[in-house]
Amino acid sequence: MNFNIEYNTLKSIAGPLIVVDKISNAAYNEIVRIRLQNNETILGQVIETTNKFAIVQVFGQTTGIDISNTSVTFTGETFNMPVSEDMLGRVFNGQAQPIDYKAGITYETKQDINGLALNPVSRAMPNDFIQTGISTIDGLMTLVRGQKLPIFSSSGLQHNQLTAQIIRQAKTRKSNENFAIVFAGIGITHDDAIYFINEFKETGAINRTVSFINFADDPSIERILTPRIALTTAEFLAFEKNMHVLVILNDMTNYAESLRELSSAKNEVPGRRGYPGYTYTDLASLFERAGIIRGKNASITQLDVVTMPGDDITHPIPDLTGYITEGQIFLSRDLANKGIYPPVNPLGSLSRLMNQGIGSGKTREDHRGIADQLYSAYAKAQEAKNLSSIVGMDALSDMDRLYLKFGENFENRFIGQRHDENRDIEQTLDIGWDLISEFPEQELSRIKSEFIQKYYKQKKHATDAAEA
Amino acid sequence: MKINHRGVILGIIEKVSGPIVIANKMLGAKMYDVVKVGDSSLIGEIIQLNEDKAIIQVYEDTAGIRPGEKVETTEHPLSVNLGPGLIANIYDGIQRPLEKIEKESGVYISKGISINSLDLKKKWDFIANKDLKRNAEVKEGDVLGYVQETDIIKHYIMVPPGVKGKLDELKSGKMTITQTVATVKDGSKKIEIPMMQMRAVRKAGKYKNKLMVDEPLITGQRVIDTFFPIAKGGTAAVPGAFGTGKTVIQHQLAKWSDAQIIIYIGCGERGNEMTEVLTEFPELKDPKTGKPLMERTILIANTSNMPVAAREASIYTGITIAEYFRDMGYDIAVMADSTSRWAEAMREVSARLEEMPGEEGYPAYLPKRLAEFYERGGKVETLNGKQGSITIIGAVSPPGGDISEPVSQGTLRITKTFWALDAALASSRHFPSINWLSSYSLYDGNLKNWYLKNIGKEFIENRDQAMKILQREAELKNIVQLVGADALPDSERIILEVGRMIRENFLFQSAYDNIDTFSSLKKQYMMLDLILHFNMLAEKAVKEVSAEKIMQLDAKKEISRMRETSEKDFTAFAENTKKRIEKAFSDLLKANQ
Repeated sequence: MNFNIEYNTLKSIAGPLIVVDKISNAAYNEIVRIRLQNNETILGQVIETTNKFAIVQVFGQTTGIDISNTSVTFTGETFNMPVSEDMLGRVFNGQAQPIDYKAGITYETKQDINGLALNPVSRAMPNDFIQTGISTIDGLMTLVRGQKLPIFSSSGLQHNQLTAQIIRQAKTRKSNENFAIVFAGIGITHDDAIYFINEFKETGAINRTVSFINFADDPSIERILTPRIALTTAEFLAFEKNMHVLVILNDMTNYAESLRELSSAKNEVPGRRGYPGYTYTDLASLFERAGIIRGKNASITQLDVVTMPGDDITHPIPDLTGYITEGQIFLSRDLANKGIYPPVNPLGSLSRLMNQGIGSGKTREDHRGIADQLYSAYAKAQEAKNLSSIVGMDALSDMDRLYLKFGENFENRFIGQRHDENRDIEQTLDIGWDLISEFPEQELSRIKSEFIQKYYKQKKHATDAAEA
Repeated sequence: MKINHRGVILGIIEKVSGPIVIANKMLGAKMYDVVKVGDSSLIGEIIQLNEDKAIIQVYEDTAGIRPGEKVETTEHPLSVNLGPGLIANIYDGIQRPLEKIEKESGVYISKGISINSLDLKKKWDFIANKDLKRNAEVKEGDVLGYVQETDIIKHYIMVPPGVKGKLDELKSGKMTITQTVATVKDGSKKIEIPMMQMRAVRKAGKYKNKLMVDEPLITGQRVIDTFFPIAKGGTAAVPGAFGTGKTVIQHQLAKWSDAQIIIYIGCGERGNEMTEVLTEFPELKDPKTGKPLMERTILIANTSNMPVAAREASIYTGITIAEYFRDMGYDIAVMADSTSRWAEAMREVSARLEEMPGEEGYPAYLPKRLAEFYERGGKVETLNGKQGSITIIGAVSPPGGDISEPVSQGTLRITKTFWALDAALASSRHFPSINWLSSYSLYDGNLKNWYLKNIGKEFIENRDQAMKILQREAELKNIVQLVGADALPDSERIILEVGRMIRENFLFQSAYDNIDTFSSLKKQYMMLDLILHFNMLAEKAVKEVSAEKIMQLDAKKEISRMRETSEKDFTAFAENTKKRIEKAFSDLLKANQ
């Protein structure tokens, strides 16, 4: 087909969708350029094609489009974006156009933003420990290179501060490796965008960072593109330029809402809470782009922010996300209300790849055991707390009281830390041992005896006192 | 109808919408025929016919396909290739070999790629069945001979479906899977039989009889083998919210269960999980044979970012391969992780077809499809008179962990074992997070005789007693929630303590600990027996001394460490511990007098 023909055959416009008539061979997912009367062009993509017409989804506002004076050109290509190492240090909008008023970029190549499915055989197992300097994460839900680990947050919680602190402090124990950050702001406020960019500047990370920002007041349909653009850039930097890339997608709930908006414009059968039935597959096509390719010294690690509407972890977006990602960092309003930062609640959190990244040679031999014991003790502390609120402190057994006290210490000393406090893993584990040693030895059934002998701190126990 | 020089039907694409393509001029094409779609020859399957229009679900990404491009039928239904070379392979949802795809197209799966599922060049040592003489009558399923495929798997070559007649020739020798190993005369027709055969995936394979299941699948997982066993040939559902450990349980079963062949279907799940299997399994040894686990494993990987229609097919591909090995007389275990993703793929295709949605948007035929799948499991007498079984363990991922949704409910109506994964247990890191109060196994009756004969009646008595203690513990915990533990009489505090011991020292099992990851039935029996021995002594002692004193006994420590003791040392350990506990109690009672 001739790609220079302009079609002036718009038939209908509804929300973000336009129907172009009298085109018999548009390719599925082909990119089109829509030229308005005032010569402005917007991009669109074919989402249904027949031998009579094509339905095009517009990445931008349909304001200003009219039926008779708009022309559409079919490019013959799916969405390819130009990429280059020069993008490091730059800020772009959600459609990958620079917005930082700096010199042009020489692009090296073009890549399809949808990426291709990575062959599972070609993946390498993530197993490099990333130290974030945050005790709850390093100790209990260890992040490893090539993992996708979302932060489940809620409105009003300090997920931005936590994300920024992780970006600031994250490091592996290997040196001399190329790293880069790709930051995608999806429907974030100008305030938040400024906060992050200032953070990058202050820490000097800006030169290693590519930012794509779709502001809260940008067209919402553009949000469908932003994470794909960010991940395509990350894939280029990682697998073509051998870098270890940390991708931040913030906030995926905004993305999912755009997906829902588009789905309802397409008159699709709505699924739970109006999100389309393919939301899982769609989210997976983004999250699964994290990983490591065998034989390459490069990786993509994802840290995705997902806000839970109404603090509800069973809301479809955090729920589907949790089924795809390799764990989650769960922020709790209860902890935040107690003034504890970062308000990471270990009981809702998990890192599925933790075992690959810990143990002797990576962190420390006792890591698994102490983490399991801390988890289990904190869960018991919660039980004791619930119990005490019903029957009162007096009716608690000595052991319950020990757990109760442990719970408080754990929240204050282990979970809580300062915004600028960077704890190494030994420090984190030692705090854990210090707290757990308040219990008599036989209470520690999750830790192997050899490690108890080595790390347990003999203390005078309340139960000993009772016995005496 | 347009027909090309090879005599196949050619249609023209009229519409493309996601994985659904509509082509016209397709008169003569059959339902469920595989077709090649567009200039890039994407693989698809006809799922509806309407006059000359065929509605096709495409197993690859359709981006770039245009109306006007051609569609070519292959005139056979979606099938798998079966023969030596299957073991240790990893396939996508439509049985394309992922390792070979990597060699051909690099780390990303390129579109329209067509590679044989099996190695056609490799020569295998075929040993003919000596019992078959010339002119013997043979029919579908009869064993013509075998190939020693791996150290542990003898791959029997059988007469393919639909073939019968008098054996004309049968020869041993080094041959590829497409070379003729036997010829059969059916009347005047001469049929050449190679080692490789094809089977359509959507139709259940034939067998002579279904048999009653009567033997447990030993998994080495204590909560499963002792409390909620699954039979060889049985079905189990594992529903659970995310993070409750579905996949770890599936992996544990794939590693340690005593099936002879494992088919692991990663259906719409994480890529890294398949990588984990691929890295771990070759290094792990089968506890029974001592050979690498990969030598009995076949993987089907259609991860969540791979095309959705192929995900729908992956379940059928897996179960058809399982049936093929079952027909050789093997016990197969099929892990389907996750059947919810399979159901979602059905829903997505159904929505694109604009079918009237049933519950939660799933098509109305969802329960039927689930039932058909699980019914392909079971223990059978095969056409050739052997006994084989397929055990199916299906993970279910209910939204929000709420199992009132259609996929969980449809599954629970068919499966006989239910391992209820509990988010509260998982968050306190009690794994496997199988809730002992809400799970069940309906195979208890079928398996009772096996346990009586092979382990002894004490095993069943102990299990029943332990379950009673756990139930009593749960009731008492409710009371404690209201009045505190101090208000309970000492005898009941002992029940709480023993309940805790069963939970923490028996039900809790670490998948990541080299010793704890697998427990033989014998070890399981001895472990539980130790706890119950403690219980018996404590029940007696509490009549004279306080519960507090009993709970502080140092001998308890041994029990809390028993998970660390290896199989080899366990018998001696159990005897010693038993003695020590007895001594501790008699000392306690003496001190009291």
